[in-house]
Order: sequence, then C-alpha cells, then structure tokens
Amino acid sequence: MNILEKETKLRELLSKIDEIDDCDAKKKLEEEVARYKQTMMKELSAWDNVLLARHSARPKTDDFVAMLTDDYIELKGDRLYQDDESIKGYLACIHGINVTIIGEQKGKNIEDQMRYNFGMAHPEGYRKALRLMKQAEKFHRPIITLIDTPGAYPGIEAEERGQGEAIARNLFEMSDLSVPVISIVIGEGGSGGALAIGVANEIYMLEHAVYSILSPEGYASILWKDASKAPYAASVMKLTSKDLLELGIIEGVIKEPIGGAHFDVEATVLEVKKLLVSRLRDLRKVSVGDLIQGRRNKYRNIGFFQRFNYDNLGGQKHEPFKD
Amino acid sequence: MNNWIKEEYQKRKTRTLKYHKARQKTKAMEADVPSGLYTKCPSCKSTIQIQAFVDNDFVCTVCHHPLRMRAIDRLNLIIDRNSFVEKGLGYITLNPLFQDGYEEKVAAYKEKTGLDEAYVYGYGEIHGMPCVVGVMDSFFMMGSMGSVVGEKVTKSFEYAMYKKLPMILFAASGGARMQEGIYSLMQMAKTSAAVKQHSDLGLLYISVLTHPTTGGVTASFAMLGDIILAEPDALIGFAGPRVIEQTIKQSLPEGFQKSEFLLKKGFVDKVVDRHELKKTLAKILRFH
Repeated sequence: MNILEKETKLRELLSKIDEIDDCDAKKKLEEEVARYKQTMMKELSAWDNVLLARHSARPKTDDFVAMLTDDYIELKGDRLYQDDESIKGYLACIHGINVTIIGEQKGKNIEDQMRYNFGMAHPEGYRKALRLMKQAEKFHRPIITLIDTPGAYPGIEAEERGQGEAIARNLFEMSDLSVPVISIVIGEGGSGGALAIGVANEIYMLEHAVYSILSPEGYASILWKDASKAPYAASVMKLTSKDLLELGIIEGVIKEPIGGAHFDVEATVLEVKKLLVSRLRDLRKVSVGDLIQGRRNKYRNIGFFQRFNYDNLGGQKHEPFKD
Repeated sequence: MNNWIKEEYQKRKTRTLKYHKARQKTKAMEADVPSGLYTKCPSCKSTIQIQAFVDNDFVCTVCHHPLRMRAIDRLNLIIDRNSFVEKGLGYITLNPLFQDGYEEKVAAYKEKTGLDEAYVYGYGEIHGMPCVVGVMDSFFMMGSMGSVVGEKVTKSFEYAMYKKLPMILFAASGGARMQEGIYSLMQMAKTSAAVKQHSDLGLLYISVLTHPTTGGVTASFAMLGDIILAEPDALIGFAGPRVIEQTIKQSLPEGFQKSEFLLKKGFVDKVVDRHELKKTLAKILRFH
C-alpha cells in the first residue's frame, strides 16, 4: 500500500469523525487516527517520498511566497524572448530582509498544470532566472530559489532556443554570484532543470522532497528498459532528503508534518521561514570572497572516486605518451 | 595496507601498459564498426576499406559522413606529433550508489577501450602553439559524465589555469552517468564553475562539439566555450530525440538537433570539416 492509498484511508477516517456527534465515539476515532498516523504514515519508502513530492495538494512556489513574505511583487520576462510562467521571480521581504525569490511553479489542478507546463521550463525561464539573479547581485539582495520541477522541458522549441546553453549559462554565472544563494527543494528536484537554479551556498530539502538526476521512471527505462520498475529505481537512486544529507549534498532537512506538507501548510512554511531567517542572518555577515569561495568549494568537492597516486610510490613515473 | 597498495600498483601498471599498447596500434583500429578489412558506413551503408577510411580521418569516403572517433585518434589528428603529455592519470571509478553490475560494466569498458575513463586530457601543441587539450571518448560508456569524468574535466581547466594556457575540449557524450545518480548531476555545476574561473583569468576556451553531444554535457561545459565549433552532421542537443518524440508525440523534422541546425539557430560559431579542424583551431589560437 503506497502513501496515497494510506492518505485516502486517513481522509475517510477523518470524514467519519466529522459525521459523528457522540463525544466518546469521536474521541475513540481521533485516537485511532493518531495511532494510524504514527504507525502507518511515519515510515515511508523512497517511492512514497516521490509520490508525496509530486502530490498535487502540496504547497507550491506561489503558496510559499504568499505565506513566507511580509510583502512581495512578482517580476516577469527574460528581456530576450518572452515570459515563462513555469519559473516565477519575486522581489520580497522576509522578516525585514529584502530578498529575490526564484521558484519553479507547478499547478494544483489540470488547468494550472497546463499553464505552468507541469513545472517544466523553457530556456526563457532559465534566462529570466539569470536576469533576476544578476539584478539581485546589483542590489546586494540574497537569493532564495525554490526547486520544484520534473526537469527542463524536452521539446522542439526548447531545443531551438538552446535549452542546454540556457542551463549551462546559469550554472556558469551562479557559481560566481557575490550574494548568498539558498536553495530549497520543496517538491520534485529533477535533473538539469533543478540544478539550473540550484547552484547555491546552501541547499535544504523539505523532508519528503526528492532530488535526483532524472525521474525514477526515466531511470528505470534507461537502465532496465522498463518504466514500471520506477518504485524499485527510487529505492536505489538515493533521492530522498535523508539519503542526500548522508551523502553530504545538502545542508539540512526541513521537517514536515506527518503525511506531508499539505496536511499543515502553515506549520511547514513556518519551519521554512525560521530556517531562512536564521541562515540569511548568518550569511549576510560572510564576506563576498568567502561566499564565492564557499560555493565553489562546495561543488568542487562533490564527487565519489579514488585517485591512485603514482608519485607516492617512489618508483616508476608515468612516461609521457609518444605517438 | 602496504600489500594492498603494491597489489593495486601492479594491477594498475599492467593496465597502463595495455593502454599504451592499445595506443600504439591506433591507426588500424575500428571506429564505429566491427573489425576486419572492410567496414560499413552507418550513414550511407556503403562498404569501405578500413585503411582508406582511417587515412581519410575517419570520414566516409563515399558520403563524407564523419564517424565517431576514439580519444586517441582524435589526439593524433589534432595534436602535433610527439607533443602530447597526458595528465590526470590514476583515477579510479567507484560505485557510489552500489548499483548492481556497475563496476563490472566499467571494468569491461576499461578492458575494451584501454582508457581509465571517458575523458583524456593533457598538454599538447597545435602547429607549435601550446594548449591544454581534453577529449571525451564516446566509446567508453557513451562518454557519460560521472564523478571521475567531472573531476578530470575540472582538473583540466585547473591545469590550464595553472599553466595559463588556452583550453580546447572535444565533447562527445550521451550526458550524465545515470549509475552515479546525484553525483553525476553535481558534476555539471562543478565543471561549469571551473570554466567560469578559467574564463575569469582571460583565457581562451574552444569547445568542439562532435557526435553525439547531449544531456548534462551540453548543459554544462560543452556550451560554455568562448568559441564553439562543431563537426558536420553531429547530434547536439539537451534532450535526446527519442525523449522529445515521446513528449510531444510527433516525429521530429529532418536535420533537427544537427550541427547545421544549431549553426542556423545561433548556438555554434562554425561547422568545421574534420580535415580542416586542425587548421581552423590553429587559426583561432593564432588570434589569441
């Protein structure tokens, strides 16, 4: 039974509580609900996390911005081609600190999903993000990016306008931004589309968010030619927040309520806000040089391999190659 | 511990020797095709004599379709004789996510290609002009970028920075290596940051896109060259054609994602014929 089925069952129980008037019976049911949450919904598999990360009711970028900030204004357009709705940019104020927020937007219903292209951005989206980051750099505003995308959009127009170049340019420029960058994976962090706004000083993940090189379906179909093995793929891909924290890719995990962020959006946003305010305060004290160097070092050190050092063995050195 | 190092050293030594042997018999090696006296061009399907085809810089003698080249053949083609010094040896690919069969797969490719990994770099000269040259080998697991390839690409830029030399990189890759998961993804950021540092020093970076350049490599260092050249008829793009077809549920137009298409769309400076490649690179280097 996956988490979505469990959730349906929980909702059934909850609706039953509302129907009952009798006090004792109500109490009993509430206890049952609490027990159900504790026993059934606490331990989640990797695939459950993927399902939760993609949950349509989960808070999206615009929800976070609306609840997180004291005041905000949305900025649009890449000044080159057109505006991409699947990446949103805001000028905002969090607890008295002015920031630029860039987030990938998904929809909650099918209409919104179509409008936001399921969170899959075209090159103009990434170029808009870059424009706003450069702007933030000019005005010394910290940057917060919210990652929630299945990946960059694979389509004809996207390729024509240079999807690869747009992402590469973002990685190139973000590595050298002179302001603090904090990334939070709020849902699905998929492949280059996520990384294109995710080169940060610090990366955090919501507890049930996932971050991976591509979707488990894609992974399964590439490696085993069978997309239906996605749940198994999820379990071996190390894409949950817990795994990535262990691997040292991310700096921290933000707690979610039992059952996922959509059960208590306010509590989740509050956790995010607390973290952001404290981290922003700290990072604002760091000098520009240390910020850039810190970000470079963070990525420079990611990699899992060994190097065999011939020089240490005192003997034969490698001879230069001759034709 | 000491024993282990010695054993490992012996193993590595024998492998390095094999590597050199493989390099020595380069001219008579197969390219895209099975070994033998004759081979078939994958583009026009005509039968060509291998020797004629190798002498023609791995370009089909009938339809002039450039075939995939191994890293070593590429170096022979581009770099002056006896000027290449390989750097960044001794990297060992590990299995960070404990994927079944990954180690065996890498070992098989090592055996087959005589390479450590899908990327080779070092010091070289083009018409006497020094540069750092890096070549991806698409015969090693489709040239996919894992931890080691990402590290070596980064190192090659760092070496170029250290020596204050221009960088020339031949990209040929299917993208990020799936088996290393998130580590492969992060190599994109790592390599791009290295390009940025190299660029900030005012050094030249020429990226040459060869067949095929897709996925995570396109979306990182391959597309960041000051000057981007491409070989004719090469597949260059972010998403693979099959993925796009599945997404939009229609077939793609002819010539989509080919070098000429990118040239038209403004993402490549010049499409250069393979016979002219060395001359063109030398010409660009002379300007800097």
